[in-house]
Amino acid sequence: MSALLELQDVHTAYGLSRVLFGISLQIGAGECVCLLGRNGVGKTTTMRSIMGLTRPSAGRVLWKGRDIAGWMPHRIARAGIGFVPEDRRVFAELTVWENLDVAERAAQRRGPWTVARVYETFPALRDLAGRQAGFLSGGEQQMLTIGRTLMCNPELLLLDEPSEGLAPLVVDRLLEQVGALKDQGLTILLAEQGVDFSLRLADRAYVLEKGTVRHSGPAAELRDDAALRHRLLAL
Amino acid sequence: MPEPAFLFGQFLGGLTAGMFLFTIAAGLSLIFGVLRVLNFAHGSFYMFGAYLGWQVMSWVGPGTEYFWLAALAAAACVALLGIAIEHCLLRHLYRREELYQLLFTYALVLILADCAKIIWGTGQLSVSRPPSLSGAVQIFGTTVPHYNLFIMLLGPAIALGLWLLMHRSRVGRLVRAAVMDREMLGALGANVGSLYTIMFGIGAFLAGLGGALVTPVKSIVPGMDVEVIVEVFIVVVIGGLGSLWGTFLGALVFGQVLAFGILIMPRFSIFAVFALMAIILIVRPWGLLGKPLR
Repeated sequence: MSALLELQDVHTAYGLSRVLFGISLQIGAGECVCLLGRNGVGKTTTMRSIMGLTRPSAGRVLWKGRDIAGWMPHRIARAGIGFVPEDRRVFAELTVWENLDVAERAAQRRGPWTVARVYETFPALRDLAGRQAGFLSGGEQQMLTIGRTLMCNPELLLLDEPSEGLAPLVVDRLLEQVGALKDQGLTILLAEQGVDFSLRLADRAYVLEKGTVRHSGPAAELRDDAALRHRLLAL
Repeated sequence: MPEPAFLFGQFLGGLTAGMFLFTIAAGLSLIFGVLRVLNFAHGSFYMFGAYLGWQVMSWVGPGTEYFWLAALAAAACVALLGIAIEHCLLRHLYRREELYQLLFTYALVLILADCAKIIWGTGQLSVSRPPSLSGAVQIFGTTVPHYNLFIMLLGPAIALGLWLLMHRSRVGRLVRAAVMDREMLGALGANVGSLYTIMFGIGAFLAGLGGALVTPVKSIVPGMDVEVIVEVFIVVVIGGLGSLWGTFLGALVFGQVLAFGILIMPRFSIFAVFALMAIILIVRPWGLLGKPLR
């Protein structure tokens, strides 16, 4: 099976500070894959490298077999990769509806996602449609960021730390909602420090350490084997 | 105490001057608000609008309604010039320090001024008012040229048009999103680079339009670029750089202070404007309706 997305020996640096030292990974269509690891191991940088927000200095990023490393982010988005950033980054002075509308106009990708369907998936957003996004709670902003990226009709969703800073109840609901997206066939790459969240959703896991892949395997293995989990993640 | 009719005349004169300045300043403010570039060459765009308007008029023949066509054609040419400059040169400087952008746009001022001298010489040129607006009306005992009335109405129309563009159109929403988080908008699939180019073009268009429309009132001379950029900078400093309504208010204030300053200090009316600007810079450096820079 050929992968939907494949990273081959990707190196990325911010100026002189190198973060990724040859990351290789694969994501097949319909899979949910998670990146695990402590703060600063390169999870966010891996996502930024895929999205073209930080250009890899070496290595290949293959999207459906084409090398997209070095493309502008908007081209990558239009090719079908959607990015949900870790700090949510809603357009604070635009309303909820305007945030969604901007995303639809931005990507210009046809697909099943409409404003109505985003409201169906995240019903809380419907009642907040006219509210400025900056005034939403953390959980509402997270739903909006995901909904906004879905408006671009991505085939692969990059979810960076979706549960960060959210109350446990809110995280549970988010888990259900992301699970529903996965069941609808969306391919998901998830980066999380919260191991519970990711291992409940993911099919496979990569554990990163100091900018390299330390371990890869089925998520179930990490979920069930506490000793392995402890050794890899020191949790 | 001067007569009321005279005071009213001064008021209308100040309003006309203010609305001319607003047309130009709105473009400068728009470009700064979106691209965060302070474009010194905005006055040069204005000057090119004037020269190009004269040029088109001299080709099609004066004294006809071609004036409007010439003004629009001149503004469109200036917009294209702006788009070319942004696309080929300026965009490479966004990631550099602001000082480089300032130096670059200042270099443009010098280059464009010399280009204008080479093409149109150093003499005065003038354009007559379009026949449809060459008359005047009496309002409260004051004679007001039709053309001035047109300018007084054009200013608010441009303000309203820009507001609708930014707040009631999809492109405007994209632009506002780009101002809030450029990188995020790009990651959602928007080509932010061409969005910037379009906005720079609209800003340049307004400068060119202001230049072309000023020709029936002022003669076209070398140096008008620097003269207007100083005035326009004062307008946006008073009102708030990057704020549409701030720029509008700044232009109104500038026009009135100049018009009534003349009555009090005939020789130093421009001093009143500078003094106002200095006070605002001390008390409220981001202008009357502007926001402090992040």
